[in-house]
Amino acid sequence: MTELTLSKAIGSGLRRALSDDDRVVILGEDIGALGGVFRITDGLQRDFGADRVMDMPLAESGIIGMAVGLAYRGFRPVCEIQFDGFIYPAFDQIVAQVAKLHYRTRGAVRMPLTIRVPYGGGIGAVEHHSESPEAYFTHTSGLRVVTCSTPQDAHTMIRQAIACDDPVLFFEPKRRYWTKGEVDEEADFPMDAARVVVPGTDVTIVTYGPLVATAIDAAAAAADDGLSIEVIDLRSLSPLDLETVEASVRTTGRLVIAHEAQEFGGLGAEIATAITDRCFYHLEAAPARVAGFDVPYPASRLEEHFLPDLDRMLDAVDRVMGRENALSGWSAS
Amino acid sequence: MRTTLSDDSRTDDAVTDTPRRAELPELLMLLNPAGERVPNAEYEPFVADVTGDQLASLYEDLVVVRRLDVEATALQRQGELALWPPLLGQEAAQVGSARTLRPDDFVFSSYRENAVAYCRGVELPDLLRVWRGTAQSGWNPYEVGMATPSIVIGAQTLHAMGYAVGCLRDGVDSVAVAYFGDGATSEGDVNEAMIFAASFRAPMIFFCQNNQWAISEPVGLQAQRPIAERAPGFGIPSIRVDGNDVLAVMAATRQALERARAGEGPTFIEAVTYRMGPHTTSDDPSRYIDPLQREEWAAKDPLARVEAHLREIGVLTDELADSIAARADEIAGRFRQGCVDLADPRPLEVFDHVYAEPHRGIARQRSQYAAYLASIGEAQHEGEQR
Repeated sequence: MTELTLSKAIGSGLRRALSDDDRVVILGEDIGALGGVFRITDGLQRDFGADRVMDMPLAESGIIGMAVGLAYRGFRPVCEIQFDGFIYPAFDQIVAQVAKLHYRTRGAVRMPLTIRVPYGGGIGAVEHHSESPEAYFTHTSGLRVVTCSTPQDAHTMIRQAIACDDPVLFFEPKRRYWTKGEVDEEADFPMDAARVVVPGTDVTIVTYGPLVATAIDAAAAAADDGLSIEVIDLRSLSPLDLETVEASVRTTGRLVIAHEAQEFGGLGAEIATAITDRCFYHLEAAPARVAGFDVPYPASRLEEHFLPDLDRMLDAVDRVMGRENALSGWSAS
Repeated sequence: MRTTLSDDSRTDDAVTDTPRRAELPELLMLLNPAGERVPNAEYEPFVADVTGDQLASLYEDLVVVRRLDVEATALQRQGELALWPPLLGQEAAQVGSARTLRPDDFVFSSYRENAVAYCRGVELPDLLRVWRGTAQSGWNPYEVGMATPSIVIGAQTLHAMGYAVGCLRDGVDSVAVAYFGDGATSEGDVNEAMIFAASFRAPMIFFCQNNQWAISEPVGLQAQRPIAERAPGFGIPSIRVDGNDVLAVMAATRQALERARAGEGPTFIEAVTYRMGPHTTSDDPSRYIDPLQREEWAAKDPLARVEAHLREIGVLTDELADSIAARADEIAGRFRQGCVDLADPRPLEVFDHVYAEPHRGIARQRSQYAAYLASIGEAQHEGEQR
């Protein structure tokens, strides 16, 4: 066991993947000498060479399209998209090619790409550096979409993503890059299995990535108030581990779903529907969503009014508990 | 002679002129439309080994792929295919380039390269699966060295570039060939592919068939100067070749292959040709094509000039021509039979191969739909019993 930050845990996972499989190559902008703008790939080009850790021209579609060609040739490319808001030029290659080639070729061509995307807000950044575009990709069949919330998960899951024969979008909660935790390199668990982070009996909060820490804080605050909250970290956003969520909601009867991404058409809607379908007679209240508002990501001095925080999570908890809440002004009556 | 491969990026005062008035670089041509060999000291050596008999074999390919193309259009008109993108007029560009490749080279094409696929050894019915709607791809790319054609315009050029870089990393001298059209050269992906290919010295060929049309849009909307002139700006040597001259196409492709195998990086070939048919069987070129322009190009037919030449040198006799035509008819017959014999996929195949590894979401939907189908089957069965 080693104590690592989440960013170093991803870096050590990449290092292990490069060591374990010589078909693994890393492609990205500024990932060589600089080690990436977040230093995730620090030292990898020095140790594995510029043939395996390749700085790319500034063209995201080009990076992903090149990775498709490398995968055709039997490589296992790991692509770094520098920031969430810069993935859109690559959207066509990801959605029309990466996601569909295995299906299109009836299994003849595998696309074991991993596409790393630092995502989410809360770092006071300028536009295009704080977005949560995961729902675009969860809506696309053929992709797997995962995210992590702890250094342990970050390390294990990046290696699982690279080893996976399907394309994986690996979303990294950038404001949690500096979170520290113990990492066991030998730890293993199914990449698509959700994790019960905090056990509880009154309300289930389902979330992922950067908001897991917020949900843990919310559970602690609610405990002071005599409420027992179960926190579930989804880990995998596509496919969803609905069984774990269902088991929890069958106990609590109350569900809150939290994500930074805009609410409309987001994962919260999918989870609320699926769980309502499975647990209709166990629900004591309609599932509640806590999400980014349906506005473009705002200027950083406004982001605290966009991002779900502990208070908005507790406000949603109050709603599913049928309590009046001064914060929202919402009344159960 | 301006057909010479050039990697300088000279500026030309004529660039500011209208394209019609500006001087155009000459086309590399080794066999003119009358079937006469055009002397060319630089490029003749690349096809010096092509004997009369070998040229006759290329001629047979040209005849066969045209015959197959006509047959496929007929199959579409008869309701056996949903759609077909004819290659009429582009036979020499495709056969001349594809016949120069080795089995270990890898082609990334667009959807009109059916003659390339034929030359790569794709089975006849496999050419039609996509167009009959029984599958999203026709063949296993690894069995023929040709990727599933890209319908998204230009996307495949990046795949070719990545594959070529993979060849470099693997230390092999295989070459990737990207086929695309004049319309694709406006796509970002094609331009990005050229940038990456130049930077990484990717062993690849950008093979642009400039057939003058992107559905209804003339090439002038994509390019105000000959397309081949763009590549040197990316650091990629380029050549304009008469795309209706199978020998010139072969010579240019061989030169590009030599460069790639020698570690000299990518080459851009603009094969200037003409789309004699519609974009697809759903298109109506009468709304936008000038019949006089089409007639001019008909006079430059890629088959007629080879036939004239082969007759001139005494290789093609009436007897041989008849036997080639008979062979083309025989292949077309098998093509047609293969088409109508293509089986429809089974309903649950809709869920196959979405993922390479087990996926709980797809597994759930598959089992639910299987149960649903079974319930319908049961109901119908019960209905029959009653």
